[in-house]
Amino acid sequence: MTNNQYPVPSNQYPVTSTQYPVTSDQYPVTILLMICRFASRVRLLAAGAVLCFLAALTVPVRPAHAQVVVEADTVYTMAGDPIVDGVVIVQGETIQQVGPASEITVPDGARVLSAAVVTPGLVDPHGTVGTSGIYNVDADQDQLDTSMPLQPELRAVDAYNPREQLVAFVRALGVTTVHTGHAPGALISGQTALFATHGGTVREALRDSLTTVAMTVGPAAGERFESPGTRAKGIAMLREKLVAARQYAERREDTDDAEVDLGLEVLARLLEGEVPALITAHKAHDIQAALRLQDEFGFDLILDGAAEAFLLTEEIRAAGVPVLLHPTMIRPSGGAESAAFTTAATLHAAGIPVAIQSGFEPYVPKTRIVLYEAAVAAAHGLPRSAALASITRVPAEILGLDDRIGTIEPGKSADLALFDGDPFEYTTHVCQVLVRGQVVSSECR
Amino acid sequence: MRIRSSTRVLSLTALLLAALLSAAPLPGQAQAQPQVFRGATLLPISDDPIPNGVLVVENGTIQDLGPAGAVDVPSDAVEVDVSGRVILPGLVDTHSHIGAVDGGDRSAALHPVVRSLDAINVQHPSLMRARAGGITTVNVLPGSGHVMSGQTTHLKLRDGATVEDLLLCDDPLADVCGGMKMANGTNPQHEPSPPFPGTRARSAAMARELFMSARAYRQKQQSAEDPDDAPDTDLRMEALVEVLDGERIVHFHTHRHDDVLTALRLREEFGFRLVLHHVSEGWKVADEIAEAGVPASIIFIDSPGGKHEAVDLAYRTGAVLDEAGVDVAYHTDDLITDSRLFLRSPAFGVRAGMSRAAALESVTLAGARMLGLEDRVGSLAPGKDADFVVLSGDPLSVYTKVQQTWVEGRKVYDRSDPEDRRYATGGFRVYDGANAHVHR
Repeated sequence: MTNNQYPVPSNQYPVTSTQYPVTSDQYPVTILLMICRFASRVRLLAAGAVLCFLAALTVPVRPAHAQVVVEADTVYTMAGDPIVDGVVIVQGETIQQVGPASEITVPDGARVLSAAVVTPGLVDPHGTVGTSGIYNVDADQDQLDTSMPLQPELRAVDAYNPREQLVAFVRALGVTTVHTGHAPGALISGQTALFATHGGTVREALRDSLTTVAMTVGPAAGERFESPGTRAKGIAMLREKLVAARQYAERREDTDDAEVDLGLEVLARLLEGEVPALITAHKAHDIQAALRLQDEFGFDLILDGAAEAFLLTEEIRAAGVPVLLHPTMIRPSGGAESAAFTTAATLHAAGIPVAIQSGFEPYVPKTRIVLYEAAVAAAHGLPRSAALASITRVPAEILGLDDRIGTIEPGKSADLALFDGDPFEYTTHVCQVLVRGQVVSSECR
Repeated sequence: MRIRSSTRVLSLTALLLAALLSAAPLPGQAQAQPQVFRGATLLPISDDPIPNGVLVVENGTIQDLGPAGAVDVPSDAVEVDVSGRVILPGLVDTHSHIGAVDGGDRSAALHPVVRSLDAINVQHPSLMRARAGGITTVNVLPGSGHVMSGQTTHLKLRDGATVEDLLLCDDPLADVCGGMKMANGTNPQHEPSPPFPGTRARSAAMARELFMSARAYRQKQQSAEDPDDAPDTDLRMEALVEVLDGERIVHFHTHRHDDVLTALRLREEFGFRLVLHHVSEGWKVADEIAEAGVPASIIFIDSPGGKHEAVDLAYRTGAVLDEAGVDVAYHTDDLITDSRLFLRSPAFGVRAGMSRAAALESVTLAGARMLGLEDRVGSLAPGKDADFVVLSGDPLSVYTKVQQTWVEGRKVYDRSDPEDRRYATGGFRVYDGANAHVHR
């Protein structure tokens, strides 16, 4: 593993050995397993079985997920007003109860965590961590294939590395869900997916395997390909592909044995309204082209990037389209040269659902941190509650996972971020992070 | 014809008269009439904070500062109400690429003669971005894609039209107007090789050979009793002699801990003044840096990686180096980080354990020391240039805004002016054409 080649201090960026800590609740189980493994290794099968049995009798086994209680001066549930002096009760992987301390009985024997502020685990509305790695070399950059400009068949699940160091890095800063997969840069770069930031395998981390089909319009779609070479050509290629998908869907409807085309299959689902299109467009005329495509084909559209969205608030609101806005601190250059710190505030004021993403970075920082991006938006006119919603509830809603994540409510996944002060202040620390009820980070950062 | 020209003369005279009467300074000149700034919390850096302070400025210089009632204010001073604000010395950025600067080209890996001052566009919007971030003094460097990419330039972010208007030196032909940029690690290693180094050892050898020839050149100059015996003027060597003589500071891009030690080794061999830059793995060799007595100008990046040698970049580098006794500054490396948000860097230093005092000094007086300009800038003290930033609150809070930036007693940025404010927030075509600096 590359980690061995470039040793990382365990107190800075956890490597695999410390990445998935065995919680204290699990120690008895671990000891039991060790005894059983030892017994089977010495091939004393009968004796091993007896030993195992005896051990099982003597070791008190508690469930892997005991109750966790989080007490905080302020609980931002994002499903109503903040709760002052609040308590969140976690049972297993799920939030069981939330409310003011005066109304909640803390169960005996529960592990109690305290914080100044607790928020839902942060949701990065769109990034590439896991598909793009920390070293920034070919071997760890899987966010964009440049062999063809239209590849809806590429799946995020086939590229995502749940043990990528950048995933651990954003997790320690409160990010519990990432919407990641194929990056901007091709007309259709592939599929995106939602992952929990904890879990050693793709299957464990997966929250939603097909969240959007990622598309790019404008000059960025042509930079790496011979064609499209112009905006108009790019849109023409997309329209032809979508028409082909429509015809494909009809063919599939008519005959059971029609040949399967993986790309058109996905686009057919997009046209059915089962999967939204995520279209990255920065310039105002590129955003208009995206809206025009949506109008023609009737798919669900999520605008992405959208640096000049502030010029088109009426049009975007009328189309009922949400925006996964570029990182607030995106460099004002290239297609995003007109980016403004105030755009999130402008869109929010216009009634457009806005989430703030980490985006894709080709150099440094290798990933942006949505918490920091929302903070700068909050400092530039976005109401604080809306800023917090832009990296919790709103992206969960836009990406269709709001029944499981994004707020602190009974029944939702126990994803929580614990802070020692105002989450947006530069000098505040994220001190504990829970993913699915498990404390996955407990050092103030 | 005659009528028109006399009208022109008349209007010109009227303009000049008006200018004289209002004492409005011409571009590049200091404000003549004294000004007094009252009511702000002054953070002098070189001294304790002064709540409800008074700051007196005259002829572009700080005359006096102190608590209300304890400062003599000239009777003709223009009053400026800054009550409730916080005033910090103008920020010093030791490493920036504003002004669409460039340096050496791909013809060689060593460019001691190349001057960044010949390539800075001071009318570029990135300078307004820096003013909007409270930066008043800046070291503009060529990139890091060479072992030695050229001479850096110290600028004052005065409201000027030419690079000469912004220089801190009087005469670029006679004075040292900046430092020398060097780099090691992966950035200078690339094709074609030669002339570029293919390994770290080759990179160090090239630097050593260059300094050896400069040493020989200086020796010849010094031993020549007759001017006719002196070597022909070699512009490359002239700049390097300034380096060997300690007049031109070496600003050394270096990330990995062993590369940091290589820079220290070169300094030990040739005795130049050195400032380490970026120093991503500085926390691994903090004691060695401290023992060498070499300052570190570091960068804060939101996440590690992007290249192998920055994978171990840590938020706590500033705290660790400061604790070890190293003089620490932060820099923007604009556009790597954004000049408008320069104060984020020391704030994250505090987040990772740095003291507030060290953090505030890191973007003011410490930076000034690293440029050899601490006698003129970096703190609020009588006799120093009247460069300061008026902030809406705590310098290390995300919610705080730079309200005004003053250079030598003149306001160069005012957030209450919608035109200026655009540069702080961005917007349609504000940064048209302000493309990112290429680092490789």
